[in-house]
Amino acid sequence: MKKSLFTLEHARQLTSDTYELVLSGDTSAVTAPGQFVNIELPGKFLRRPISICNWTAGSLLLLVKVVGEGTHDLVRCVPGTELDVLSGLGNGFDLSLAGEHPILAGGGIGIAPLYGLAQRMIEAGSPPTVALGFRTGADAFYLEEFAALGCRLLIATEDGSLGVKGFVTDSIRAVPECDYVLSCGPLPMLKAVHALPQLKGGQFSFEARMGCGFGACMGCTVPTRDGYKRVCKDGPILYKEEIVW
Amino acid sequence: MVNLSVNLAGVELKNPIIPASGTFGYGREYAELYDLDILGSFSWKGTTGEPRLGNPQPRIAEMTGGMLNAVGLQNPGIDAVVEQEVPNIAKIFHGPVIANVGGFSIDEYAENCAKLNDVEQVKILEVNISCPNVHCGGKNFGSDPRSAAEVTKAVKAVTKKPVFMKLTPNVTDIAEIARACAGAGADGLCLINTLLGMRIDLKTKRPLIANRTGGVSGPAVFPVALRMVWDVYEAVKLPIIGCGGVSSAEDAAEMMLAGASAVEVGAANLKDPYACKTIVENLPAVCERLGVTNISELTGGAHQ
Repeated sequence: MKKSLFTLEHARQLTSDTYELVLSGDTSAVTAPGQFVNIELPGKFLRRPISICNWTAGSLLLLVKVVGEGTHDLVRCVPGTELDVLSGLGNGFDLSLAGEHPILAGGGIGIAPLYGLAQRMIEAGSPPTVALGFRTGADAFYLEEFAALGCRLLIATEDGSLGVKGFVTDSIRAVPECDYVLSCGPLPMLKAVHALPQLKGGQFSFEARMGCGFGACMGCTVPTRDGYKRVCKDGPILYKEEIVW
Repeated sequence: MVNLSVNLAGVELKNPIIPASGTFGYGREYAELYDLDILGSFSWKGTTGEPRLGNPQPRIAEMTGGMLNAVGLQNPGIDAVVEQEVPNIAKIFHGPVIANVGGFSIDEYAENCAKLNDVEQVKILEVNISCPNVHCGGKNFGSDPRSAAEVTKAVKAVTKKPVFMKLTPNVTDIAEIARACAGAGADGLCLINTLLGMRIDLKTKRPLIANRTGGVSGPAVFPVALRMVWDVYEAVKLPIIGCGGVSSAEDAAEMMLAGASAVEVGAANLKDPYACKTIVENLPAVCERLGVTNISELTGGAHQ
């Protein structure tokens, strides 16, 4: 973990409530896709934990959905704004366990960490299948970016306005050879994905209301088969076999 | 050169800054960030006889100027702490440690404290009779002068270490509780624990924290804590560890002027993991500004 100042370089609205932010700064503490940053905002006591979508040596890409005051303020920061950031938090996905037929499954804003993950899996020579789910076509984002990476893309929307009508789980069932999932999304989605019999294993990214974000306050612990774990420090990625719903 | 050292019931601290219990775990996470030896001491996570899983999620809420938590004393239990955390603490911190001890009965407080008799590095026991987040728990002991005195007496009977009772602000007259603890032989007092509060989620129209209520901490409680330290300083002649909303070296100085001999820093660590380090580094300049060469001269200075 590193505490340092980042500068907002650019913000772009992707849908009615979702934004892309590019920050410049020292990303040396970021070691794996699926990690997150915790951002201090003026007037807010607690930092806001945001998943890392992608990163380079000097820049950080975040996708942010406005869900409350903090994220509202964050996406309205103007370019040049300096933000105090704790970077490189959490364990991140372990690419080495994904096997030969991995599938990345994301729902809504949960697709964010899968982008950097997909890029690294492609670079490592094991391109994943990517299943993305949204409520409607109007809520979808980052499809071109995922497509540009060159991975097989399966889109599902609840109302059928884009891709197949249904859920991410329907997309996964359509590719029965995929037996290992790396997933991030709302809790009901994670639970449904977790229950798919075709999956031998998987990694699931959880979100939580956090106090500190670095393992000190026990604010975000959840029960697992291996005892209580801190979503912020021992997670946010939990493994299929340890998850208790 | 400003002398930052302070004395707490015979225990020398190189400076008055102590990370508060529940915001610092057993030191592991912060030791990855900075050399803990810059600290005067640290108060470890409230530890009970049995391991505790704590309360259901969510446990955290935010508010203007602070936060609420209802962690519920999640801890691995006193035996595991002595076996696993104490040896690790010896590696990452070389000063005196304050052991925050919880309990659910007078006997349990005494048993837990007795188990620390042979832990050399624990120099002070901080007896938590004030956690707002455990039902039928410590709260009752700290909100009644008689039971606060009984816990104090029971712990004093089993230990030679200085005993600091950690008081709850959720009482009508904190000075009365302080006097009861002093009368029962307490060596010092630590105050305040968190203030009982709640938030309601407008999306669900239900309490935001699963435990319904939580403990309020952060800068918003600082004036309340300061006033209570003031009151207790007037009421008893015991060293006080002032705690509640301290976020800067200036806050720490105010706390000492109100009567504190040392200062705990809690929620500020969660927002800025380097908060305690920064406060220690800023203390000499604040002392110089206040015209003191020994920081301990500040203690109670506002009462003249």
